Amino acid sequence: MHLQDAIWGITLTGMGLVALGFILVILQAGKPADDAATAKSAQTARRFQARLFGVLLVIFAAGSWATLHNYPIPPQHRMLDAQQVVDVTGRMWSWQIEPATVEVGRSVEFRVTSADVNHGFAIYAPDGRIVTQTQAMPGYTNVLLHAFDVPGTYTVQCLEFCGIGHAPMAAEFQVVASGGQ
Amino acid sequence: MAALTLYPQDERLEGGSRIAFNLYMITAVALFVVLMLVGLTMRMTQATWLTVSPVFFYKLLSMHGAGLVGTVSLATTAVMWYFLRKYVRLHLWAFVTNYVLFMLGALCIIAAIFIGGYGALWTFLYPLPVFGMGLWSTHAAALFMLGYLLIGVGSLLFYLDAAAAIIKVHGNLGRALGLQWLFGGTIDPAHPKAVVASTMVLIANSLGILAGAVVLVMSLINIFYPEVPLDALFAKNLIYWFGHMYINATIYMGVIVVYELLPRYTGKPYPISRPFLWSFAASTVFVIIVFPHHLMMDYAQPRWLTVMGQVVSWGAGFPVFVVTAYGALTNLYRSGIRWKMPSRLIVLSLFGWAAGIVPAIIDGTVRNNLVMHNTQWVPGHFHFYLLLGAVVMALALMFHVIGREDAARDRASDRAGFLLYFVGGLVFTFAFLDAGHLSVARRMATHLPEWTATDRLGSIGATLVVLGMLYFAIRITAGLLRPPPGRETLHASAGAAG
Repeated sequence: MHLQDAIWGITLTGMGLVALGFILVILQAGKPADDAATAKSAQTARRFQARLFGVLLVIFAAGSWATLHNYPIPPQHRMLDAQQVVDVTGRMWSWQIEPATVEVGRSVEFRVTSADVNHGFAIYAPDGRIVTQTQAMPGYTNVLLHAFDVPGTYTVQCLEFCGIGHAPMAAEFQVVASGGQ
Repeated sequence: MAALTLYPQDERLEGGSRIAFNLYMITAVALFVVLMLVGLTMRMTQATWLTVSPVFFYKLLSMHGAGLVGTVSLATTAVMWYFLRKYVRLHLWAFVTNYVLFMLGALCIIAAIFIGGYGALWTFLYPLPVFGMGLWSTHAAALFMLGYLLIGVGSLLFYLDAAAAIIKVHGNLGRALGLQWLFGGTIDPAHPKAVVASTMVLIANSLGILAGAVVLVMSLINIFYPEVPLDALFAKNLIYWFGHMYINATIYMGVIVVYELLPRYTGKPYPISRPFLWSFAASTVFVIIVFPHHLMMDYAQPRWLTVMGQVVSWGAGFPVFVVTAYGALTNLYRSGIRWKMPSRLIVLSLFGWAAGIVPAIIDGTVRNNLVMHNTQWVPGHFHFYLLLGAVVMALALMFHVIGREDAARDRASDRAGFLLYFVGGLVFTFAFLDAGHLSVARRMATHLPEWTATDRLGSIGATLVVLGMLYFAIRITAGLLRPPPGRETLHASAGAAG
């Protein structure tokens, strides 16, 4: 499953829960309560608010740990010992990718920079979904580490608006089986 | 209880105040219609239902972004002014000067785009503005930035006037925020939520605007003295610090309408509380330091900044979910609310804000950002909480103000307009989100054939939104231009409604 599909599912669930909360309250909103019922529901609401805070706190702590403990961006200022290195330079409006062939299953270190303005170095898999990305910035080299699981023709698409030639600013590279097959 | 009177005397718009308020709101709704039409044009171009050249497309995109960010700010500034003036003495000249500078700035931006050819978007990301590649001159880029500076100076003047007025009444900004009651003590029940929210906004947004001014001046120097280069990463940090706070501030200005009007329509008191004060104290900090979530894909950024961007993005959900949305729903629950346009819009705006935060938090996670950054997921989430959140908050106040003469009526055409806007907004924003899920890139004049399905769905949604907004604009403009009711009429209608 793509990471995007998991993200989509979590998002729809979260937004659905918010919508459900609103719908439940709106359905009750037109029925006025007497003073005793209002006081009772206010008490219940305070208890529920504390629980909601607690639940969100657990999600916050667990989610932060789960997504950050194995930090997804590689260190930028030390050797990565990647098995392959690819130098990438973006310029208005083309990509220079050297070499343009890498092997599947082996780590690739992309050293990404720009010769002029900001560009977005996004790698699209053969199925048209984004695999990973970084920014190509003038004056900086961003180091992206990735190992490809599937061989095929991958597309690099600029994802940071860079002027009139932004949309067509794309290039391809090959991910081949080990041994260059 | 005075707060439950639908149209209290101290909110009455008279003379210069009325003219100024009408100028703000009529300008805002007119610009909403025009700029949403611009957005619709772009979506239909991506859907291949219209043909627009890429050069013109990026001019439209620059106008749409800069224009709507500015217009939402204009409208919600009027919301903040409308309520804050009841509690502190604001100077009308500051409010009017902000409007005049906004309009002058807007003229500069329009001229830079449609005469000068500027097309480097509202984010003026360094060094793109100086790389016109024959499409725009550096003078056009400078004019665009001058427009921003004029708008920023106007906002700062308004905030400085508000800060001085608040300090005069409350002693200092900390006391206005209610920090003295965070850990104990009896909270003054008369301490206005509008003052707390306004104080938060003016602290955060003044800092943001100053950051914006710094990077604008640096960019202007670079335009005229290219031998003085900027650091691209530093400039980007300042741009997003400014940009994020500027647009985020609109929601916190707009939400004042919820605190002020919701209890009047539900008939239930909505008192200030310690969780409320905590939420605004936390939000003040969060809004100031959350901006690094825009730079997660800039790997050269120090890691602690990126981690802070994620942690604060997640943390920012607490005040919204646990206090603002939850508190408002509690107020709404079994209240016997009068369902009319203002109350309907208030509830929609809260939903838009709370639900829109979910995809925002998801995108503010480093791991997710690797596959969602600069896809249409981004316009999906910010359109959600702006189109269905901040804009709706401003509309709620406008409908409340024009409803004072026929407070007991609920027009069928209003309900139809609401439905059109709401359903259109959902279709439009979910089309963006689904496109992001499918890796469709944002900010492109031309799309791949396999991307056009969501573009077409989005175009249909946008058409409904534009129709809804067109109805709102006509209704609101006609309502605001009607002669104000006499005091006796006002009392009678308020009494009947209240």
